[in-house]
Amino acid sequence: MLYSEAGQFSTRYAADRRLFRLRQDRLGLGLLLVFAFAVVPQVGNDYWFSAILTPFLVLSLAGLGLNLLTGYAGQLSLGSAAFMAAGAFATYNFQLRIEGLPLLASFALGGAVAALLSLVFGLPSLRIKGFYLIVSTLAAQFLVPWALVKYGWFSNYNASGVISAPRLDIFGLDLSSPAGRYVLTLGVVVALAFLARNIVRSELGRNWMAVRDMDTAAAVIGIPLARTKLLAFAISGFYLGVAGALWAFTYLGTVEPHGFDLNRSFQVLFIIIIGGMGSILGNFLGAAFIVLFPLLLSNLAGLLPGGLIDPGQLENIQKMIFGALIIVFLIREPEGLARLWQQFRARLRRWPLRY
Amino acid sequence: MNLFPPPLLELSHISLSFKGVKAITDISFAVARGEICALIGPNGAGKSSLLNVINGVYQAQEGQIRFDGEVRRHMRPHHAAERGMARSFQNLALFKGMTVLDNVLTGRNLKRRSSWIEQALGIGRAPREDDEQRRRAEEVIEFLNIQSWRQSLVGTLPYGLQKRVELARALAAEPKLLLLDEPMAGMNAAEKKEMSRFIVDINREFGTTVVLIEHDIGVVMGISSHVVVLDYGRKIGDGPPEEVRANPEVIAAYLGTRH
Amino acid sequence: MDFFLEVLIGGLLAGVMYSLVAIGFVLIYKASGVFNFAQGAMVLFAALTFVSLGERGVPFWIAFLVTLGAMLLLALAVERLVLRPLVNRSPITLFMATLGLAYITEGAAQALWGAQVHGLDLGIEDIPLDLGGLLVSQFDLFAAGMATTLVLVLSVLFNKTRIGLSLRAVADDTLAAQAVGIRLSRIWVVVWAVAGLVALITGLLWGARLGVQFSLSLVVLKALPVLIIGGFSSVGGAIVGGLIVGASEKLAEIYAGPLIGSGIENWFPYVLAMLFLLVRPTGLFGERSIDRV
Repeated sequence: MLYSEAGQFSTRYAADRRLFRLRQDRLGLGLLLVFAFAVVPQVGNDYWFSAILTPFLVLSLAGLGLNLLTGYAGQLSLGSAAFMAAGAFATYNFQLRIEGLPLLASFALGGAVAALLSLVFGLPSLRIKGFYLIVSTLAAQFLVPWALVKYGWFSNYNASGVISAPRLDIFGLDLSSPAGRYVLTLGVVVALAFLARNIVRSELGRNWMAVRDMDTAAAVIGIPLARTKLLAFAISGFYLGVAGALWAFTYLGTVEPHGFDLNRSFQVLFIIIIGGMGSILGNFLGAAFIVLFPLLLSNLAGLLPGGLIDPGQLENIQKMIFGALIIVFLIREPEGLARLWQQFRARLRRWPLRY
Repeated sequence: MNLFPPPLLELSHISLSFKGVKAITDISFAVARGEICALIGPNGAGKSSLLNVINGVYQAQEGQIRFDGEVRRHMRPHHAAERGMARSFQNLALFKGMTVLDNVLTGRNLKRRSSWIEQALGIGRAPREDDEQRRRAEEVIEFLNIQSWRQSLVGTLPYGLQKRVELARALAAEPKLLLLDEPMAGMNAAEKKEMSRFIVDINREFGTTVVLIEHDIGVVMGISSHVVVLDYGRKIGDGPPEEVRANPEVIAAYLGTRH
Repeated sequence: MDFFLEVLIGGLLAGVMYSLVAIGFVLIYKASGVFNFAQGAMVLFAALTFVSLGERGVPFWIAFLVTLGAMLLLALAVERLVLRPLVNRSPITLFMATLGLAYITEGAAQALWGAQVHGLDLGIEDIPLDLGGLLVSQFDLFAAGMATTLVLVLSVLFNKTRIGLSLRAVADDTLAAQAVGIRLSRIWVVVWAVAGLVALITGLLWGARLGVQFSLSLVVLKALPVLIIGGFSSVGGAIVGGLIVGASEKLAEIYAGPLIGSGIENWFPYVLAMLFLLVRPTGLFGERSIDRV
């Protein structure tokens, strides 16, 4: 009743194409954004900013990057973390070596470097399809961190190989506080998410899905396979690169290769499986799950009589539950949490009626 | 003065084999502009393979193809699409994860001029082009009467509708030549009538030349002006429907009697 | 020259170990078309179970049999709970499911048996033998011998027995196989049981070499380049691929290492496989599949 479409007709195609067609959706999103940008920084506490909200946003962006490549274009990748690492280190080096370069420009350039790298490792996709392709991104996953450690130039010959991120300075505002970092991350992620939504609804997005669903037919109707696949790798690489830069600059505060290993790549893959492949919203849902679930679990364990489950065991149990969830989602709801959300919304549209 | 305009499609001595097995042997025929040409023959005669050769999915070992004035031995499917060929497939090659509207819109991908960046940012040529593409796609959707399903996921639609969506996608490309591989397979009499009417309408209203593979002789006789018969990879009949129908070799092939 | 030969032989023998892992994959792939990412976890589970039983004083052969039994149960559970519900889905989906399986198995193995490194003693000392002036590790030779025996036994199983024939039928066309009366579930159980046996032997050999620890399951990732180079569908390919990977990785490390940095062997096989993909996607022995439209 509240959420119905009744009375809302698009009279021009442009209106039908709008990102959020329903007035209620636009209103809801608007409120959410206002809340996120204006209210949360005032009322939130440092712990929430540093340990929950910021990593949630960065991981959503990483998931989004992988989703564009795997969920929309159908090219499986296990190298997400390598491209994040490339973005992080490239951004660091741009900031360091070019005097006066604005931080946002460094992010963009770091993303561009990651995009280029992703494109190179995506070249085999022009020859084969299916999951043999993962060897290519696996090569990236092992090669990139190795190179970053072996060649000291990347970390400016820092003895420990761990460098701290420089001050966060945007348009003269110092955003180094936890709340500031949160707002910076929020801004970047929201902007890129809107851009992504535009892309997937455009010709390129359709071409990606065509290649994913049946690439032989796509070629027959004239879709340029090579360009389409390579653009997927490149744009995905860009998003992952920026996510990596944010991970280092706004979340960790340090730039190190260690956190960008194979496990991180798996984590990003899990985000899109649980959240929903081929969806923009799904990445946020999946990332929220990945960030909150361990906390939930340890809190639950804390409720049990003391010492029943020690922290080491907790990690193992968590691993088991994650693995089980992956399988459950793949079997029962392959389109992930995003689908569940859509079903919920559909029920809402009919409420209070049942059908 | 040339009274007869050159054929739109002309095959000369086409031969195709797979690993030594000859699928098509020395086939030549011509399809005039604006006609509906039916390709018939028993199962396994090589009809689908021939269609695949025409639009470049298979490469013939011998012979050449003349399409719209251009002579080729081989062409890539992408090139065929650019030159104005569109087709449907025997086993449905729709993009199951997308809506009907999106599937039809992919058919128009070669008509686009704006770059992906313009589209992503909504600037430049993109907004007007988006409207234009949508309008054209809607015209095709209306023509084939599938408006109510435009936002449905193609994978959820019944078979007959899916066939129509595939036809819509091919039509959306505004092709000169439409290749249809058994467009009425699996349909009942009423659906066949409807599909036949669509094909005839497409041919009359847009002047599109049609080559279709079809098993139902009634349909063939009803809508086509030119029939080519294949058997065991060879051409055994070529001409107007009545003439071909009376050809003893064609009758023998279908009834299975051989001397 | 001698040094080169030693490195080469060492690499080849290491390659045999890779082949072992790859064979486990090939078996499951041949019979069900699934790339079983959980193979690594199964190897780890087998090794850990065996070692923990041994540490509790269980004699060698009893521990072996008990572990084998556990692997069989694991195989059954996997087939029933994971593979069957996903029977018609894309290879990517199946691969991701086996990824989930790997996580469960790792978590369970570590929860049950602990996360510290265990030593595994098979009674073969790792002393170098002098073969005509070249130093070769005795253990490596033993591993190579075991692998060869295993391959011979498996070849006989596949090609000469009735069950082998059924396995090949299932790999070729599951519907047709069912149509002639082959029980799919039974076949899959056999396949996974054999894969489990291979995993156990692999786990024992690798565990004795590296110590039984978590990173064992990552070793299995190396099998992927082996399969790409050798082709997914043949055991012979897995062997050749393994030898190539083992040898090239060692040689690259020794000869190119000083030039561009050490630790090359971590990524070299993958880059090699990637180049292979660009040039010869089906591997040296794999089959071409034709995409019919």
